[in-house]
Amino acid sequence: MTELRIVIVGAGECGVRAAFALREHGHAGPIVLVGDEPHLPYERPPLSKPTPAGEPLHKPIVAETRYAEAGIAFIKGVAATSIDRHDRQVLLADGRRVSYDRLLLATGSRPRLLPGATSNGRIFTLRTLEDAEALRARLAAGGRLAVVGGGFIGLEVAALARRQGMQVTVIESGPRVLMRGVPEEIAGHIHELHAAEGVDILCGREILGIDERTGSVAIRLSANRQAEADLVLVGVGSTPNVALAEQAGLAIDNGIAVDAMLATSDAAIFAAGDCCSFPSALAGGRRIRLESWRAAQEQGELAARNMLGAGEPYTAVPWFWSDQYDHTIQIAGLPEMGVSVVHRELREGFILFHLGSTNRLVAASGFGRDMAVAKDIRLAERLIASGMPLEVTRLGDPQFKLKELLSA
Amino acid sequence: MSGWIEVCDADDIEAEDVMRFDHGGRTFAIYRSPDDLYFATDGQCTHEKVHLADGLVLDDTIECPKHNGRFNYRTGEALRAPVCVNLQTHAVKVEAGKVYLLPA
Repeated sequence: MTELRIVIVGAGECGVRAAFALREHGHAGPIVLVGDEPHLPYERPPLSKPTPAGEPLHKPIVAETRYAEAGIAFIKGVAATSIDRHDRQVLLADGRRVSYDRLLLATGSRPRLLPGATSNGRIFTLRTLEDAEALRARLAAGGRLAVVGGGFIGLEVAALARRQGMQVTVIESGPRVLMRGVPEEIAGHIHELHAAEGVDILCGREILGIDERTGSVAIRLSANRQAEADLVLVGVGSTPNVALAEQAGLAIDNGIAVDAMLATSDAAIFAAGDCCSFPSALAGGRRIRLESWRAAQEQGELAARNMLGAGEPYTAVPWFWSDQYDHTIQIAGLPEMGVSVVHRELREGFILFHLGSTNRLVAASGFGRDMAVAKDIRLAERLIASGMPLEVTRLGDPQFKLKELLSA
Repeated sequence: MSGWIEVCDADDIEAEDVMRFDHGGRTFAIYRSPDDLYFATDGQCTHEKVHLADGLVLDDTIECPKHNGRFNYRTGEALRAPVCVNLQTHAVKVEAGKVYLLPA
């Protein structure tokens, strides 16, 4: 088993973690990591905090020397163009064919675009290093930024642009910001925070058209409104990169469809990270797709173990954070699965415990200054994983220590 | 910097918890283990500049509040990705109910 040839397509957080995890778990055979970007694999650029001019946005996931030390053959800047499942080979854009016994697809996702908008150098999305560099170069004091989409990326960039002295308008088609996965109470606080910082948030506004002019962009909105901007950041979600899998005939369902072990419909091929959808026990067996830093890491790690035959299901509690100004949101679990909510006040923030029908914790969402919610969210994550029924009144008592529930 | 620095009363930190301590332009994390022993490390995670005192202590480990990197705070050993650089540890002693730190 240890001499399996393993190929990983996609060199983001997920693919890189998987490559190293293979070695950590004793795999002695060849590992080939294929990435289509012309860079050493990097952490997605943080744009929620200003990166001082001159400081590089490229932050390697691991130092270059560690690939060779771990015996990982990293193929940089070459796309995988197709999979030959019969001969178990991956075809690369430069004509090479790489043989595999196990293949991991960690192809990630890409930003959704606005239909009809062509980029004239004023409309941006944010995913890659190049995106981040282009955006950083254009965030200039006094300019006007329109953010399309009141999700995490849009709001983090809005906060950054305000800090850089820009005039910022956020346009959201839904009735409120952070519609996906964030409870209304927390979204309300985020909305207020941005409003207090001077961001103009327009909810419930459809985009009717985008007129690109010589010096600016005009966004025509429903209810006879128009937003004019020097720069537009589009943050309306992402699309999983499934082309390679689809072309190879693998099952697709809002992403590359994998089972609980992260195996695709071909037992020799696994998928992990943003590109895959998996059946979630927390979601009652429903197929979900996670686009978070943590999920990319954990799924990469688990896919590595399962390619080596561990046979372990993916049961990790989803978790993510977002920084907005000097505040942080952290959410563990799936708040939408809760049927009731208990509010716990903290010194510099609050936590909502989302309980399922039998007083089991299904999610916890926190909002507060800096890292004020971090400890309790981490404990909540363990309580969610444990599946134990909880005494509701104790959760809401600020004097009560959550840690006691874990040792109970 | 030389010599032992007084940090706090031993009771100021709860068992299985951590506290931030700043001194001489440096920042530290001071730990009290479940068995009431005291330890100290550099305050910030070796992965990004996030203070570990906001993290969760469970048994011998401290978990970074942001990226979930874990360290053994007794030895400074990095235990889980993304952290791969060990934490600097510092000597700690308790005398007459006070915690003292000797920065390395």
